[in-house]
Amino acid sequence: MSKRIGMEIALAAAEAVALCRPDVIAAYPITPNTHIPEHLSDIVAEGRLDADFICVESEHSAMSACCGASGTGARAFTATSSQGLAYMSEVVPIVSSMRLPVVMIVGNRALSGPINIWNDQSDIMYQRDCGWISLFADNGQEVIDMAIQAFKIAEHRDVMLPVNLNLDGFQLTHVVEPMEMPDQKEVDAFLPTYKPFAALHPDNIVSMGTLALPEIFNETAKVKDEVLKDSRKVILEVWKEWEERFGRKYEPIISHKARGADILLLTLGSMGETAEVAVEEMRKEGVSVGLLKLKLWRPFPFEELRKELKGCKALVVLDRAVSYGGPGGPVFSEVRSAMYDQAERPLIINEIIGLGGRDVPVSDFRKIIEKAAQALKTKPKEEYEIFGVRGS
Amino acid sequence: MSIVENFDLYAPRLVDKEEYFSAGHRACQGCGEALAIRLMCKALGKDTIIVNATGCMEVVSTMYPTTAWNLPWIHVAFPNAAAVAAGVEAGLKVLRRKGRIADRDVKTVAIGGDGGTFDIGIQALSGTMERGHNVLYVCLDNEAYMNTGIQRSSATPFGASTTTNPAGVASLGKGQWKKNLTEIMVAHNVPYVATACHSYPIDFMNKVKKARKVDGPSFIHCLSVCPTGWRVPSAHAIKMGRLAVEAGVFPLYEVEDGKYRMTYRPEEIKPVEDYIKSQGRFRHLTPEQIAPIQERVILEYNKLLDKVDNLHSWEELLQD
Repeated sequence: MSKRIGMEIALAAAEAVALCRPDVIAAYPITPNTHIPEHLSDIVAEGRLDADFICVESEHSAMSACCGASGTGARAFTATSSQGLAYMSEVVPIVSSMRLPVVMIVGNRALSGPINIWNDQSDIMYQRDCGWISLFADNGQEVIDMAIQAFKIAEHRDVMLPVNLNLDGFQLTHVVEPMEMPDQKEVDAFLPTYKPFAALHPDNIVSMGTLALPEIFNETAKVKDEVLKDSRKVILEVWKEWEERFGRKYEPIISHKARGADILLLTLGSMGETAEVAVEEMRKEGVSVGLLKLKLWRPFPFEELRKELKGCKALVVLDRAVSYGGPGGPVFSEVRSAMYDQAERPLIINEIIGLGGRDVPVSDFRKIIEKAAQALKTKPKEEYEIFGVRGS
Repeated sequence: MSIVENFDLYAPRLVDKEEYFSAGHRACQGCGEALAIRLMCKALGKDTIIVNATGCMEVVSTMYPTTAWNLPWIHVAFPNAAAVAAGVEAGLKVLRRKGRIADRDVKTVAIGGDGGTFDIGIQALSGTMERGHNVLYVCLDNEAYMNTGIQRSSATPFGASTTTNPAGVASLGKGQWKKNLTEIMVAHNVPYVATACHSYPIDFMNKVKKARKVDGPSFIHCLSVCPTGWRVPSAHAIKMGRLAVEAGVFPLYEVEDGKYRMTYRPEEIKPVEDYIKSQGRFRHLTPEQIAPIQERVILEYNKLLDKVDNLHSWEELLQD
């Protein structure tokens, strides 16, 4: 039976990962994800989890060791943030190309510079095109649930891809919340032991990570793209099974009072919870506003997005990262591209908020909604803005 | 006198006939590295997993959809062979403990060139050695980045001309001495460290067999002649390796539980000039420029002999 707990989310994440019985964990300390591997090492030290915990000398080696372990057919896990993710980034796309179902939790933090240890999502956006499945959690419960789902999705024979699960650094990693923790029996019933398609062992000789010449490289890219897109089907199946077993529903985009609303906000990560408060307040005041929370970043849910935006007049995409010198925020760029060829499309506005841990209170979301209501009248050019810059 | 003189006589009885690194790979003619791998695999046997750093050997052996490897093999990237090997070793250990793979000793062996070991891979190598993984790391040192076209590494010898420190009127080639990686490995207090060369095949294979038995980290530094990069005829690869040893440039020794031992000690050390004069990479050096190289070779060789003669094994030190 699931147990109601009150716990720091990073620790709960570690408990959830431990329930998945990983065989090898390789991690390197970096704020703000550190509590996850720390607590996993506690669990191993307490004898509650039979795993090899490798205290590697860098994140590059963390991902490399996961790669090697996963190659032998072991279930491998790591966690990191920001510079750590950037440091391991050489290995990140290789893991997906080798179809190794490594699971990684990212406690999202701003990428230097200037150096800053607080939250935004620039770290994972830097890895956007690495061929991984990318999930975002809004709260502690979603972190627990998605961590367990991640292994099942990754290891599915039709997927065989690594998964990164994102939770906002500090805003989520360091917050204590009430959550439901499934028990070992429930997780074992949901997540069977990993059975690799091919593994490094003298009993079955394979060569992994071979050289692809130009004659074959296009084909490898097409396979990677198709497999990642096709993983959507398995993700939806896994979420359906989760709902049946645990009663909590997951969708690529969670819609909150979005149907029929003139103005919609689209959020990624923990800001969705604050935005929800603003939406509730303003609906009471008579503003036609709703909220969409994006849970699945890769593969990008084009179909679901188009469906959710039917009838919407103005969409505010909230980004927590900047594509410097480009179209604004990365989510915005994706959304606008998804809607470009639609006969009916809303006015799409991009507000880049909460960079490097800058607080985004309910009042900011109210201002953003008011601005969108104004834009509906003035029909401004679609542009992005880094919200709340001092002196501007 | 080395046993290699009678190789034809002894080889059939001493060497595994099985080919784990098969013919048909695309290495250059006379490649010392490919020969070293072939010998290494024979010494290791079938219960082995190879982790290969990016480099010549990965490129020539696994052009998709072909592979020269008749052993389980994985390549991930350039700097991380030691870290991938750590993960492979950990995975095997846990899966064996949990009964998910056969209960049998399978050795994880990482291989990398001098660039992937001395330079970009040294952090991961140090980490794997420090953490005590049951991994043998074999550095196949051909003394430059040969795969990318003969660029200087920290393993390139003093005075060698490479494409990133070419010899010229204002340059004698590489102006720094070769990094002593073997000593860095010894400083990690690992149970077994050795130098070797494919030109002494039995010595090399004996060292690989010894390292394979170590339940912990071990390191073998194998000088691997690269005719292409050294600018020597392909047919001279074996000869060059032997000259490197006979001139004291690359002494063959092992350090077992702290105890240094020469595994081959030439009766007379040949002049360094005998070794470098026929190599294109040293062609530009004048006798005045060779003199300090000769001096340094003697110094390093004597430093090593001093350790061989005077240092005790850990066991001996504990008894004192």
